[in-house]
Amino acid sequence: MSSGRPMIDRYRWYEYVAIYVGMFLFLGFVLSPFIEGFLVSLKPLTHLFSSPYRFWPEDGSFDAYFTMWEHVPLLGRYIFNSLLISSLATIAVLILVVPAAYAFARFEFPGSGPLLGAFLAVNMFSGAVLLIPLYRLMRSMGLLNTYFAMIVPGVAFLIPTAIWLLRTYLLRIPRELDEAAWVDGAGRLYILRRIVLPIAAPGILVVALATFIGAYAQQFIFALTFNSKSEFMPLAVGLFAFFGKERVVWNELMAASFVGIAPVMIGFIFLQRYLVAGLTAGAVKQ
Amino acid sequence: MTRSRSATLFAFALLLPATIYILFIVAYPLVDTFTLSFTDASLRRTVKWVGWVNYQKIFGGDFATVIIRTFVWTFFSVGLKMIIGTCGAVLLNALVPGRALFRVLTLPPWIVPMAIGIFMWGWMYNGQFGMISGILQNVGLLDRPLAWLAYGGTAFGATILTDVWIGVPLVTLYLLAAIQSIPKDLYEAAWTDGAGRFYRFRRITLPLIVPALVTMSMLSLIATFNSFDIIWILTQGGPNGQTTTMIIDTYKTAIGSYKYGEGAARAVMICLFLSVFCFFYFRVISKISSGEAK
Repeated sequence: MSSGRPMIDRYRWYEYVAIYVGMFLFLGFVLSPFIEGFLVSLKPLTHLFSSPYRFWPEDGSFDAYFTMWEHVPLLGRYIFNSLLISSLATIAVLILVVPAAYAFARFEFPGSGPLLGAFLAVNMFSGAVLLIPLYRLMRSMGLLNTYFAMIVPGVAFLIPTAIWLLRTYLLRIPRELDEAAWVDGAGRLYILRRIVLPIAAPGILVVALATFIGAYAQQFIFALTFNSKSEFMPLAVGLFAFFGKERVVWNELMAASFVGIAPVMIGFIFLQRYLVAGLTAGAVKQ
Repeated sequence: MTRSRSATLFAFALLLPATIYILFIVAYPLVDTFTLSFTDASLRRTVKWVGWVNYQKIFGGDFATVIIRTFVWTFFSVGLKMIIGTCGAVLLNALVPGRALFRVLTLPPWIVPMAIGIFMWGWMYNGQFGMISGILQNVGLLDRPLAWLAYGGTAFGATILTDVWIGVPLVTLYLLAAIQSIPKDLYEAAWTDGAGRFYRFRRITLPLIVPALVTMSMLSLIATFNSFDIIWILTQGGPNGQTTTMIIDTYKTAIGSYKYGEGAARAVMICLFLSVFCFFYFRVISKISSGEAK
């Protein structure tokens, strides 16, 4: 009682042990590829290709982080491409989704239910299913081997989740606010721009972050199929060429991977609080 | 203000850009897939209407095996994601020191590009020198190196495990949110009556997160059924086609062998299954939300 915590939340010692052991196993599963990947990036190749297996790099060094630039000269370009593609996709999604989510959250119009359902149904197709016609579409628009071939199809598959998240957020903003402005004679666009958007800014930020991560983490199949120019390749596809080689230089591949994801990981550390809170808030509503 | 005719027009105007975009990038290709599946489209310029030939070709082969394999793969992957996700959510909900940090540490597999995570798993499964084989040898569970991706059975399991790994963070986070939305007084009432921790989990937590579990399973089912990157990067459907799921099969046919028509027919089959899932998804969702309304 003296700890100020209700009795129900107190654990006995063996419960603590069980929780921490469980947590260790769970996080071990989630993080082991990263830990092992990082240790691999520190090991010299000769050590890597030797038995028996040793987990800890006794003769570890950061050499691979310097030598990798020879094998992956375009790494900087890949990192830039990944961020560029994801950013442009996120902007496009927001431009399309903010008005649409507002319409679903605030207006009662005939067919709104089925239309929302139709948008959500897009979620059921991945790019892989529609790859053939999308390839033909990109070809006839002359977009193959450009950034747009990787952005335009990706945006469509990010729209459903973004609409759902933002609509949920907008539903929680009291209607009285816009109704009061309406009574005062404000126009509809003015209400959207000057009243709803500023209040919804935190929600829009969460949607933007989730969309960015979606665009960033899943940029593979379009980039693999619709683009063959190395200077436009995002990180995943650029490194895939390296991965597919007969003899993979593992330590350099891992080093390049870690350098490649560093910008987004650093951003994530600063923004994780919004992300966790926003995504879980959207989930409860379901 | 929300029900007048001008309001309706305004709402439609707001929806127009997104709707046009989806029609152009999703609906049109969908129709095109159906049309293509009845043609012999390939790299050649001429495209001939061939009727049901592509479908006959598909079912002449071992397509049934591919379908079954896809379902087994999806079933185990979704099942494991839900089980591990539930365990993770319960653990992350426990009020112990370090909880906030643990929650953040759950997310990296979701944030890094999928392909990068898959490369790391590619190393872990490496036969001669990889971590899993190495550690199992060190502790004596294996007496010689095992190349996980070189044999059908282990490759099948390995690709499932990687898919689970990528899916677990989001599942855990959503289930955690569901657990947190359960009213605290339920637990307090049960606790006052002397119910133990496990009993409270079984009789309160579990029943009340069932709607979230069902929703997540459906979403996860659709995503897993469509999963491409993991298998393509790790095994390209091999060895001997034993990790070839419907998506991989379609990709190989259409992009690998340039048989667009036949590939489209395979894609149509995927669409058929997906629409069945989607039908159930919407039924479940509407059932759950009407149940909440009562």
